[in-house]
Amino acid sequence: MSEHLLETRGLCKSFGALKATDNVSISLKPGEIHAIIGPNGAGKSTLIAQICGGLAPDAGQILMQGRDVTSLTTQARAQAGLGRTFQVSALAMEDTVLENVLLGTLGASGHAWRFWKNASNVRDRLDQAMAALERVGLEKVCDQQTATLSHGQRRQLEVAVALTLEPSAFVMDEPMAGLGAEGTKKMTEFLDGLRDQAPILLVEHDMDAVFALADRISVLVYGQIIATGSVADIRASATVRDAYLGDPA
Amino acid sequence: MIPERFITFAVPAGLFIIAILAFWTDEPFTITLTTRVAILGLAAVGLNIALGIGGLVSLGHAAFFGLGGYAMGILAYHAQTYSPLTLGPLVIEGTKSMPVIWIVAVVTSALAALAIGVLSLRTSGVYFIMITLAFGQMLYYFSVSWSAYGGEDGLSIYLRNEFPGINTLVPIQFFGLCFVLLCLALVLQARLRGSSFGLALNAARQAPARVETVGLNPVRLKLLAFVISGAITGLAGALYADLNRFVSPSMFSWHLSGELIVLIIIGGVGRLVGPVIGAALFVALEHWLGGLTEYWHIGLGAILLGIVLFSRGGVIGFLTGKAGPNV
Repeated sequence: MSEHLLETRGLCKSFGALKATDNVSISLKPGEIHAIIGPNGAGKSTLIAQICGGLAPDAGQILMQGRDVTSLTTQARAQAGLGRTFQVSALAMEDTVLENVLLGTLGASGHAWRFWKNASNVRDRLDQAMAALERVGLEKVCDQQTATLSHGQRRQLEVAVALTLEPSAFVMDEPMAGLGAEGTKKMTEFLDGLRDQAPILLVEHDMDAVFALADRISVLVYGQIIATGSVADIRASATVRDAYLGDPA
Repeated sequence: MIPERFITFAVPAGLFIIAILAFWTDEPFTITLTTRVAILGLAAVGLNIALGIGGLVSLGHAAFFGLGGYAMGILAYHAQTYSPLTLGPLVIEGTKSMPVIWIVAVVTSALAALAIGVLSLRTSGVYFIMITLAFGQMLYYFSVSWSAYGGEDGLSIYLRNEFPGINTLVPIQFFGLCFVLLCLALVLQARLRGSSFGLALNAARQAPARVETVGLNPVRLKLLAFVISGAITGLAGALYADLNRFVSPSMFSWHLSGELIVLIIIGGVGRLVGPVIGAALFVALEHWLGGLTEYWHIGLGAILLGIVLFSRGGVIGFLTGKAGPNV
């Protein structure tokens, strides 16, 4: 077992002449939140897509617990323990909240190939789904249609679905996107407690949240990691300030 | 507003009652019409599994309907001419046994759906519609040029095939057979929809990216749905051929694929008995309006237009006040 639950080594991806990912090596250690920040167009989404399996890198490796998963599909990576949340909620909007979470438990257990027994009557999976909903505080709305949820609740549901996979590492693409001040605060507290269960690779624009949560921060600019370090290091770094943060007020 | 559960039971019950009434009042033609509803309904129930749950708009389901029909036609033709079917070293006797014909129809359509699905599911949206249409048309033109089995003229089967213990030439008995199969298909779909597979398939239609990231393969889910769907439509094709005692390339025609989609839209996409309502309306219009004018499709078009414009969930959506099966 490697010390790193998730790692990229020398990852490269180009679109024509544009180097969207340029020799990126990052890692995720147990118990930490590693934030990736960078201006728009820095290649954050491209990086996430390669880590999660939606996009094949031109060069480099992706490892989960020391195992090379570069050639594995998104599904295989999910089964290997990668829990992902999307920037724009990808949920079955017509289904109930509970059904969305049940879907997660199906994938985790590989039990989607049952054709007769009612999916909501399997006690273990129902308990697991309800437990995930309770963790994010959505247990009261479990029978509501997902489309009726507020934006903030959808973000929470995204996390709940990822939780059901009992992942060894989370990859979260802007979990705070579109949340109000109150919602951001709640999500920050929640993620803070989540890191002990599994470390989080966090892509986030909300700097207050990043500075409050991150154990380490990597700064991505034009596809390159220009700095990695603690919150204090990054705040103090002149390079980062020039490239991204601007002068602190 | 009427609860959907009530409609789910009332519609098949209504169809059954109409057939029984027609039997008592000695109106065999009405029984034939109800049989037609059951069979077209069955074909559309098949399509509804792919289209309604899986979101696969197949404009090529006539391929499976036709394959089922020709499975019946070819087997029965060899039986009635006492000439075995020779495929190289393989010699197959024809048969007049419905259960055997049904199995052949289901297996043939399932295999065809597997092959067509593997290729078609590489695409989505309009391209999926076009590629399924293309496969359907390939089979259509093949059947037109296949002179061994009647080519463009089709094949007549003189006597309806046999089912143990039932005189299939008696309209009400043949109706009973078709009705039971329709009900079995409805039960199957209801169980599928509530099962783990149905949950995952339904999610694969709405959010494929989500399904992938929980470790499931959305294409594989849809492929299986397409195969099950094709098999049921194929079974309906075999029954339809037996109803008419006639098979022709028109069973493969894209009009039929389109009509199956129309039946589902009229009844309500993804609704369990939606296709049966659609089929009942279709057959009723065809019979009554068709008696007045050969342009009866205009009436069907008007109804379709009304439903698309004013009731998003088809007739069932209108009756229940709910636009979708899960709303």
